[in-house]
Amino acid sequence: MIFLRLIWTNLSRHRIRSLISVAGIAFSVAAMLTVVTILQGAIGMFSGILSNDSEIIVFERNVSDLFFSNVPANAVAEIASWPMVLHANPVLFGIVSSAGHPIVTCFGVTPEDARIRKADWLQGDRLAFAQHADDVVLGERAAEFLDATLNSHVQIGHSTFHVIGILKTANGFEDGGVFLPLGSAQTFFHKEGTSSVITIKLRNKEDAAAFKSLVKQRYGSLIALEDQEFTRSYSQFKILKATAWAVGGCGLLLGGFGVANTMIMSVFTRIREIAILRVNGFSNVQLAAMIFGESAIVSFFGALVGLSIGTCFLFALKLVPALHGYVDTTLQPVVLLIVIVLALFTGVAGAFYPAVYAMRVRAVEALRFE
Amino acid sequence: MINPARPDNGGNIVLRSEGVWKSYDDGAITVLRGVSLEVRQGQTIALCGPSGCGKSTLLHLFGGLDTPDRGRVAVNGIEINRHRNLLRLLRHEVGFVFQLHNLIPDLTLAENCLIPTVAAGIDRHVAQARLRQLAERTGLSHRLDQKIQKLSGGERQRTALCRALMNRPKILLADEPTGSLDEHTSATVFELLLDLAKTEGVTLLMATHDRSLAERCVRLLEMRDGRIHERLSA
Repeated sequence: MIFLRLIWTNLSRHRIRSLISVAGIAFSVAAMLTVVTILQGAIGMFSGILSNDSEIIVFERNVSDLFFSNVPANAVAEIASWPMVLHANPVLFGIVSSAGHPIVTCFGVTPEDARIRKADWLQGDRLAFAQHADDVVLGERAAEFLDATLNSHVQIGHSTFHVIGILKTANGFEDGGVFLPLGSAQTFFHKEGTSSVITIKLRNKEDAAAFKSLVKQRYGSLIALEDQEFTRSYSQFKILKATAWAVGGCGLLLGGFGVANTMIMSVFTRIREIAILRVNGFSNVQLAAMIFGESAIVSFFGALVGLSIGTCFLFALKLVPALHGYVDTTLQPVVLLIVIVLALFTGVAGAFYPAVYAMRVRAVEALRFE
Repeated sequence: MINPARPDNGGNIVLRSEGVWKSYDDGAITVLRGVSLEVRQGQTIALCGPSGCGKSTLLHLFGGLDTPDRGRVAVNGIEINRHRNLLRLLRHEVGFVFQLHNLIPDLTLAENCLIPTVAAGIDRHVAQARLRQLAERTGLSHRLDQKIQKLSGGERQRTALCRALMNRPKILLADEPTGSLDEHTSATVFELLLDLAKTEGVTLLMATHDRSLAERCVRLLEMRDGRIHERLSA
């Protein structure tokens, strides 16, 4: 109890300094939580596009980005004919621009694609899709920002398309995207006879290994991955995740410097007190535990406040209409756990030097000269 | 110069120094020059001498707060130059009282006194009972929850005395314990110090400038030029 009182006393003695440290950790945690959650959400959404009514995707081996992947049409036809495959749908990804909107995700899909078949069509008839080369179906959000209605015409790139439907989807990328018939998209992007990926649904999930093996055997230039495998291994996702954690980590590092600064000042200004504790039998371990305890409390409260700020910020993001569907702000427990552990670790690491310094205090000198 | 101990007093030797040398500033200032001393259990000993003669240094050496350049220092027969022994020494063998009380101002009187028990891992209830006992002996029972800032000089020094005795040390090292107090308070605290030392069976080694107080101890050691000269006390 006295030990905790000592820790608390040391923190409350310089309240402003302690609060600044708590704020440092708090904003670092909030930044990390926000950045990581938003990017994880974005990754989840992109994965969701690929795993829409499918469990395996086939794409060109060793491409850094799916936009650069080319899967030949004959492969699509052959794979679709394999007995273990329930359906195989080619999808061509592309980025198009329209007036005032330089980046709009474009999906070149067939009428059989789940995005067309299973989406909630707000306007238009799904059976009309791909009847004409200039047909386009818009996500609800895309229709909003392109100011398009059913049967209107929209300018996409250098071409004009006829809006035959507007559909609603929970996925932000799809909701803000445009859907072209596969053939039109291939022409638009000068990728005739190819698609970016094939999304595969098997009759029996247990055939996944056999399917992947067969793809490897038949098409050396292609690779088949189950959705979770893809999410884990796709380099763009890796880069995004690494960036998110790096940005968040830098924030925490700054917070850690704040804690270190506080703890160094805290130790330097009570050398005499540390000497008194030493004279009264405090061991190095007890002194270090006291210093680490102080920083752990700062980190704990910082993490708590940071989580609150981050959660509020993410909640606020959800309310921004322009971001609707683009950011998945669902807090993942594992992210929460990692952020808390990192915050505590950073705080405690920040106390390392001050603790070592405290352990080296020679009581006799401190008491003689202070 | 080697100083004789007092072998005729009976009791075990609890403090012993043999040919202890100590200097500061890389040898520029030598404060102890081959000091040898034996202190027997239960003795009250005053160390007198001018400022800088080495009184505090000798106390620090016996308390394990400093190490000699040469020679040996032992407490209860155990050499204290080893770290493992040092902790035990500070927790159970010796208690310190300084001229400045060296209490932690943000803690209460009781919390200050309990610090040594926390360091030694003594049971909370045992520690509280000991605190109540010492507080009663020193007349501080009604002040236990007071912050140090609210205590008078005499009360602070009595608190320091309580803290020093919390873990029932066998030896009390007091460095000018009444040096910062007025004459009346000084006499009161000194009486208390002697009384506690006697009733607790503690060996008292006290550095002091106050000759009248020093002469009330069983042994009076005069320090000059880094050496000890023993005088018979009254």
